[in-house]
Amino acid sequence: MRNKLRLLILLSVVSLLAACTGGGSDEPSTGQGQGAAPAPAAGSYPRNETLYISGTQWGPPNSWNPITDWQYATGTEGLVYENLFLFDPLKNEYKPWLAESGDWTSKNVYELKLRPNLTWSDGKPLTAADVVFTFELGKFETVPYHNLWSWLEKAEAVDPQTVRFTFSEPLYQQWGNHLYNRPIVPKHLWEGRSEKDVATGANEKPVGSGPYLYQTHSQDRMVWVKNDKWWGKTALNLDPKPRYIVDIVNSNNNAALGLVLQGGIDLSNNFLPGIATLVKGGYQVQTYFPDPPYMLSANTAWLVMNTTKKPMSDPAFRKALAYSIDVNKIVNGVYGQIVRPANPTGLLPNWDQFVDKSVVDQLGFRYDPAQAKKLLADAGYKNTGGDSFLEGPGGARIELDLIVPNGWTDWMESIRVISESARAVGIKVNTQFPEFQALVDARNKGSFDLLINNEKQVSNSPWEYYDYMFRLPVQDTQSVANFGRYENKKAWDLVQQLDKTPVDNVAGMKKVASQLQRIQLTDMPVIPLWYNGAWAQANTSVWTGWPSAKQGDSHYAPVTWRNWLELGGILTLAELKQAEAK
Amino acid sequence: MRRYFGRKLLIYALTFFVAVTVDWIIPRFMPGDPVQTMLARASLRPEANQALQAYYTDLFGLDVPVWQQYLNFWNALLHGDLGISIWQFPQPVTTVIMRAVPYTLALLVPAILLSWWAGNKFGAYAARRKWLDNTVLPLGYVLTATPYMWLGILLAWSLATVAGLFPVAGGYSFALEPSWSPAFAGSLLRHWFLPFASLFLVGFGGWAIGMRNLIIYELEADYSHYLESLGAPRRLVRRYAFRNALLPQLTGLALQLGVIVAGALVTEIVFSYPGLGYLVLQAINNQDFFLIQGAFLFIIIGVLLANFLVDVAYVLVDPRTRTGMRGGS
Repeated sequence: MRNKLRLLILLSVVSLLAACTGGGSDEPSTGQGQGAAPAPAAGSYPRNETLYISGTQWGPPNSWNPITDWQYATGTEGLVYENLFLFDPLKNEYKPWLAESGDWTSKNVYELKLRPNLTWSDGKPLTAADVVFTFELGKFETVPYHNLWSWLEKAEAVDPQTVRFTFSEPLYQQWGNHLYNRPIVPKHLWEGRSEKDVATGANEKPVGSGPYLYQTHSQDRMVWVKNDKWWGKTALNLDPKPRYIVDIVNSNNNAALGLVLQGGIDLSNNFLPGIATLVKGGYQVQTYFPDPPYMLSANTAWLVMNTTKKPMSDPAFRKALAYSIDVNKIVNGVYGQIVRPANPTGLLPNWDQFVDKSVVDQLGFRYDPAQAKKLLADAGYKNTGGDSFLEGPGGARIELDLIVPNGWTDWMESIRVISESARAVGIKVNTQFPEFQALVDARNKGSFDLLINNEKQVSNSPWEYYDYMFRLPVQDTQSVANFGRYENKKAWDLVQQLDKTPVDNVAGMKKVASQLQRIQLTDMPVIPLWYNGAWAQANTSVWTGWPSAKQGDSHYAPVTWRNWLELGGILTLAELKQAEAK
Repeated sequence: MRRYFGRKLLIYALTFFVAVTVDWIIPRFMPGDPVQTMLARASLRPEANQALQAYYTDLFGLDVPVWQQYLNFWNALLHGDLGISIWQFPQPVTTVIMRAVPYTLALLVPAILLSWWAGNKFGAYAARRKWLDNTVLPLGYVLTATPYMWLGILLAWSLATVAGLFPVAGGYSFALEPSWSPAFAGSLLRHWFLPFASLFLVGFGGWAIGMRNLIIYELEADYSHYLESLGAPRRLVRRYAFRNALLPQLTGLALQLGVIVAGALVTEIVFSYPGLGYLVLQAINNQDFFLIQGAFLFIIIGVLLANFLVDVAYVLVDPRTRTGMRGGS
């Protein structure tokens, strides 16, 4: 009997294993299936030639299609597929990359010169035809930059190195964005792909022009290997040192922190609470600034108010709420000073030149509960209900829900501070933490009261932020901008006017920006709170030469997030040096 | 025999149908819209967003009435098609799951069987042995009451972060590629050990306690006393008691399977182990209907299959079941 039982256990193990591995053997495994992947190298990466990064990839890598720029494995754009220009948000300047130069030759013609001798990693030359082809892919309706073609008339290759873009209506600011955001794909491999393939294909085995090539991937990592034949070695005189880049998929906080402490990650772009102690604690961990705020600023966190609901429809109420919030308490208490309080305009530090100081001095807000109370009293908000909170001018009860996604711990703490601040001046604000998708739903449909949002990243133009604040028309579903459903025709006209201002006409841009700031600070459609950091923790035990604010170091954003390689991440990689062997 | 298994199979088929239906319904009760959530991660221009929203809704078949979605689901399922993952677009759900399943099985199967086997052995051995009963069994109580996740975090912190004996995360070293080499096998084993240990320890405690109590009960039974009074050796008596005590433990195993699977999912998340657990968590966070369905379908099949094996084991282990079947036919 006993033997039978043992046999049975053995049999069940075998059958279970057989049932499951048998089913898996026919799938085209690309890394994890035992033996299925022909490992090209010896199968292991030498530590001193490998750069480990994390904080960029939010799920297993499954697409290398640079067109779907929210799905591809991070690095697909930047490491494999390259852009015409880079944009350096620290200096506010374009750096020629695939392009050698580009100029507006007339009001609506932009002429682009490519570098000579560009090549794809399969050896074929990269020419103007590839650039034209890439932009023309946008003619497919399901390609994210389709709408470019509503103001771009045609793109043509004048000669193998020159592309001429003719616009029906030149939107200079948006075009400035396209110049560093469109990864160029090889015509000879993409020609003939169907719309479905272009818009949703996984594009396995990507062939690009960049400094790295696909090596392998599995559920918890993405590995890139250096492209020894990269054109940039001679043309740009750049030579990234890491032979392999292993991008570790984000998992949970304790695993991420553990890896940083063990020296298993060279660059972590995760938000790690308490980084100050790590920097000062002798862990060989370095941040961009050695002191607060430690990090560069990446985006603005806004308090979005639903202006279609009472009392948020009242500008006086919105202003009073702005005066009531103690942002410094969030910066110091919640974040330990790794973020900065925002300017009243909400414009990121790199757009400082567009902030009209006189408008801000006259209309800007600051933390001042007494002023908040005064504004509320002047606008007719009184305490008539007998509790400690104010009622609206008609005696309507005010009780607002402020929401952030569940699990975003720093934001959850922050809105507790905001709720306290608001309650201190008599506005009853409750905190709630719905799941992310429920929050997105409420946000897009406009059924929320208050929420925090930081979706607009640093970019080439403050136009992006004004588009985010004032975009019209308001639709049933607001999925990317103007979540507060604020309607101001004049402001929207100004935003469009800004878009049509040439990027080198800084004075003209300032003039429009100043008018927009006047409207913004008078009407307060959204309240800027703080600047979220471009989280970057670098470990210097294997790789040195990380960018920092120190003199003599390079000054780039040491960030490898999606769409950040072209904002300086790739230059960061090129600057790395192997640490001296100890 | 045939009738017994026929009836069992019918019950299993019915359970499968209901479980899969529930598995289909539950994700759809979640607030929000998966395509909207997916596109929320893309910073698109508003015009592009609208076009893509419509395109993906159609692609995932979410634009037809709910009852039709349900029928389409069964139709596809019977053709072995679980759909395309929303979160891991454009990978098919089967590919995604099959990549994760070997890791989960490698944790679950040894953890379940070894903890059951070792726990029963140890419990039987410890029963009525004073010093063991007083020292080690209280530890068993602590272990079995420990949540999987908490023990996992404790092990990760003590043995990995502080002592540095084991890696903190992952399925194998981040410096390796899969190959038939001792280095890779060793790395797999090192990464496997801690998650396995946390599952094993919790299970072990539970089975040991259960067995110890059952043995004591059996040793107090009349047949034991009778045997003893006949002068049978202590070893023989304990062996009879052990066999009788094994049956409830077998039933317990069948009942515990679901709990253990859930525990394994949580444990995988703690150790960032690339199995189903991490997938399920992310699938729920991303409202990935198809991946949730697929992952749970796999779990349902696994648990039903294991239960069936326990049923078979019952027939082999317990002569009364066999007699019962013969009498019935």
